[in-house]
Amino acid sequence: MTSPSSAASGRPGTGRPLRPFWPPLAAGVALGLVLLATFVLTGHGLGATGASTRLTAWLGMAVAPQATAANAYLGPMVEGGRPLAGWISWQVLGVAAGALLSAWQAGRWRVQLDGARSVGSGRRVLTALAGGLMAGFGARVAAGCTSGLGLSGAATLGIAAFVFLGAFFAVGLVASRLVRGV
Amino acid sequence: MLPFNDNGALSGLLCGLAFGWVLERAGFGSPAKLTAQFRLTDWSVFKVMFTAIVVAAFGLWALQALGWLAADAVYVPTALLGAAAAGGALVGAGFAVGGYCPGTSVVGLCSGRLDAAVFLLGLLLGTVVFAGLYGPAVEALMSAGEVSAGDTFRDAWGLPDGAMLALLAAALVAVYWLGGRFERRGAGPVDARRAVAGATPDAGG
Repeated sequence: MTSPSSAASGRPGTGRPLRPFWPPLAAGVALGLVLLATFVLTGHGLGATGASTRLTAWLGMAVAPQATAANAYLGPMVEGGRPLAGWISWQVLGVAAGALLSAWQAGRWRVQLDGARSVGSGRRVLTALAGGLMAGFGARVAAGCTSGLGLSGAATLGIAAFVFLGAFFAVGLVASRLVRGV
Repeated sequence: MLPFNDNGALSGLLCGLAFGWVLERAGFGSPAKLTAQFRLTDWSVFKVMFTAIVVAAFGLWALQALGWLAADAVYVPTALLGAAAAGGALVGAGFAVGGYCPGTSVVGLCSGRLDAAVFLLGLLLGTVVFAGLYGPAVEALMSAGEVSAGDTFRDAWGLPDGAMLALLAAALVAVYWLGGRFERRGAGPVDARRAVAGATPDAGG
């Protein structure tokens, strides 16, 4: 196996020593407590695509205001004029900040096109784009993603969450055997 | 009586900060580690998600049993099972091919991964395509398989929450046991060094 010298020396991007990941049990307990605290604080769980959908509506207003306002799905979101205003947008900003701090502190910040070494740069850009497209479309069909519907919904013992997770894992297992994306 | 129903900016930032920190600590910014779950060589995704679900579900149940959290005060997703299955299938395919789910792509980008930025661009495009197709026909498809009796196993089919929690706890033990067996047989979990170095052709990490 080949490794870039920066990673092999254990001192990638930031020059901070590389720290190991948390063991899954510790990370899972921590994630569960964060999710529980979110429910207690806000009355709902964590999410992601609520923000990307709002961002799409906001970008739509910037690029094609008439088409966006007339659209049956995005139109109601832009009626108030501020589609990005909402708890979920702040939460995703927080996710970005938290991940950035954690990656930097643990010496895991490194600019790279991850997957380029395994499948090639051109193919990796295509698989990332195609994967994002499917996930973006699918999350709107289900009205939630792995975080918002799968994780948060399962914690409330919602039936839809378990159906989502079952389909997610079954199709993911098959798809990863058919297509090498990373 | 809980919850506080605080949906302000600070509440969002703090919840997100902790969420992003924990996801990165678990290694979920790495597409090599995330997709290794589907290759069954690294079971961290199953282990972390199942553990978190059990911890949060038990916590919610305990807070309600103690009378501190109002019953039915937390948001439960509507039981649109057709939409959940179709959407879950597409997000699963997108995860296997693209290497991320929507939330973890933000973590990937914020640990320096440019492919995560491309995934996020695809996410916005997928939303645009959905909005373009949205109409009565899509709405009808999305409401297929709705369970009208209720959204939880208790409300819809009378399965007590305690029984559901016991089932989840048993599934959790099974995931750790089965995952451990698979991980010992294969290349083992993707560690931080392999994740930071980027995916490789042999084991994907």
